[in-house]
Amino acid sequence: MFYREAGDFKTSYRDDSQTFPIRLDRMGYYILMFVAFFVVPFFINDYWVNAVFAPFLIYAIAALGLNILTGYAGQVSLGTGGFMAVGAYACYKLMTGFPEVSIIIHILLAGGITALVGVAFGLPSLRIKGFYLAVATLAAQFFLVWVFNKVPWFYNYSASGQINAPERSVFGVMVTGPNTEAWAKYMICLVFVVVLAWVARNLTRGMMGRKWMGIRDMDIAAEIIGVNPLMAKMSAFAVSSFFVGIAGALFFSVYLGAAEAGEAFGINKSFLILFMIIIGGLGSIFGSFAGAAFMVLMPVFLKNVLVGGMGWPTDLAAHFEFMIVGGLIVVFLIVEPHGLAQLWRLAKEKLRLWPFPH
Amino acid sequence: MPEQLLFAMEVTLNGLMAGVLYALVALGFVLIFKASGIFNYAQGVMALFAALTLVGIQQGQVPFSHLINAVFGTEIHHFPWHVPSIIAIILAAGVMVLFAYLVEKYILQHLIGQPDIILFMATIGLAYFMEGFGDIMWGSEIKTLDVGLPQGMNLAIDETTFNMFGYGFFIDNLDIVAAIVAALLVTSLVIFSQYTKQGRALRAVADDHSAALSVGISLRFIWVLVWSIAGFVALVAGIMWGAKSGVQFSLSLIALKALPVLMLGGFTSIPGAIVGGLIIGVGEQLFEFAIGPMIGGATQNWFAYVLALVFLIFRPQGLFGEKIIERV
Repeated sequence: MFYREAGDFKTSYRDDSQTFPIRLDRMGYYILMFVAFFVVPFFINDYWVNAVFAPFLIYAIAALGLNILTGYAGQVSLGTGGFMAVGAYACYKLMTGFPEVSIIIHILLAGGITALVGVAFGLPSLRIKGFYLAVATLAAQFFLVWVFNKVPWFYNYSASGQINAPERSVFGVMVTGPNTEAWAKYMICLVFVVVLAWVARNLTRGMMGRKWMGIRDMDIAAEIIGVNPLMAKMSAFAVSSFFVGIAGALFFSVYLGAAEAGEAFGINKSFLILFMIIIGGLGSIFGSFAGAAFMVLMPVFLKNVLVGGMGWPTDLAAHFEFMIVGGLIVVFLIVEPHGLAQLWRLAKEKLRLWPFPH
Repeated sequence: MPEQLLFAMEVTLNGLMAGVLYALVALGFVLIFKASGIFNYAQGVMALFAALTLVGIQQGQVPFSHLINAVFGTEIHHFPWHVPSIIAIILAAGVMVLFAYLVEKYILQHLIGQPDIILFMATIGLAYFMEGFGDIMWGSEIKTLDVGLPQGMNLAIDETTFNMFGYGFFIDNLDIVAAIVAALLVTSLVIFSQYTKQGRALRAVADDHSAALSVGISLRFIWVLVWSIAGFVALVAGIMWGAKSGVQFSLSLIALKALPVLMLGGFTSIPGAIVGGLIIGVGEQLFEFAIGPMIGGATQNWFAYVLALVFLIFRPQGLFGEKIIERV
């Protein structure tokens, strides 16, 4: 009753292949875009942007990237943190090396550089599969972080070993540095998220996405029916790393402002993003957003309830957070291995009939 | 003999000893992987949890005291007794058996037939859960673990080598004990799996789940058994690492170190875990000794992974792993 797919007739191929072919989905999307672009920026303040919106949007990009690699192409990666570090340091070097160029270009280039690094570390995936590959990507994680800690050129020989984002602006509005307005931070992340999510959605439902899914479901069979495994796997690594690199660049330049490789991009970051896509749903664009929102909001919520509401010490609350995250992952895998995205699908099924089930 | 060579020999020996400790952790992985096809990421956290439990029981800590104090506003910390080491070890082993049972009952049973990768992620969730749980139960401060193992430099080796080469090697007594314990553990595991009824059943399950079921072997019992054994191996590893560097969060990170060991040795081979551990132990020490100073040091962080990665490109199933055959 409330959600219909029927009665929505298309008269041209163009209509039929648009990003959201179902009218209700499309309307929902337009409303969401309207709220995100024209309502939220006017009400946002520093707390909300730093605690919720900026991490959510940035992690959503990273989750999209990992979901392309793991959810669509079936290559498990535990090196996301390392690739985010590549994006962050590439962005930093570009920002300090070419101050006159726009930061948008820097961030995009940082994504491109990360894509190259990702392809280099993805090459072994042609020989190594499954768990072995997951462990092999750990090599990327630890090696990259070590390089950024040990080679002074990457942090411009600063004494602290940290990288600090210089102040940069887009169209005259400051977007990085400590004096950035909350809405500017939010807007630059939002623009990247919207564009990248659109790209991801269209990549995954097109020819490339089908190749990736073929490789995921059974690589030998896919190879027999004419998918080139080299191209499919490398393109998955490249696109995924591009997304993750942009997330890393934004995470450093817009959100953190200052970063140190081991701390900001450690192995925990890799797991965090892996959890996002598991809880959100492997192989789903919506799932990447849902998982990112869940993993960003839950600690904020727990902190407010346990520390703010019940007056517990913060370290105890932090331990509880670990337990709850771990427990939830197990519960999700048992109850709903396809994550929040599957719950959303089920909800749509219900809404189609509800409240008249017969 | 030139001094550099002597140093290199000492580094190699120490690397071998460190490798034994890696092998101990890797052993737990291999056991579970062989019997249930589960890649148990939680093995390192199990070692941490076992060591925490051991220390907690030994010192008569009140479990969950931090939580109880926060909720009820009380001030309790310790029971007024200390438990002797040997009883504490038995009790801690008991806790690990209970843990194995609970894992089987509440997690594994519900995940039968899921793809391997889902099971792997479930163990990552389990690892997070146990990390938080262990900290809430026993507190997160760094604890010293002392079960009466000898520590410090081994004087006999120091003296002998000094007489032989004019330079005394520094070998920690604890490492020697660890090597002996590891050898005993592996021997008893081999004897167990070769000569007992349960051991035979275990091998049957490792070979083929459905065939084992059809001849009347209880899969559930075997899984509890193998997780208990892995828990016990984790306890031993936890004792060794805990005595070496204190019981603390970083203990759970040795699991990450055990992964390249597994890749080198192959996921299904017990000798592979041992040999892999030794290669990684010696390799990273020697690399740090020879190349480390030239490129900034702390190469132990990544050397093992890169070594395993390069190695895998040439031999994807590891040194002793079963050949991977793929069919459509």
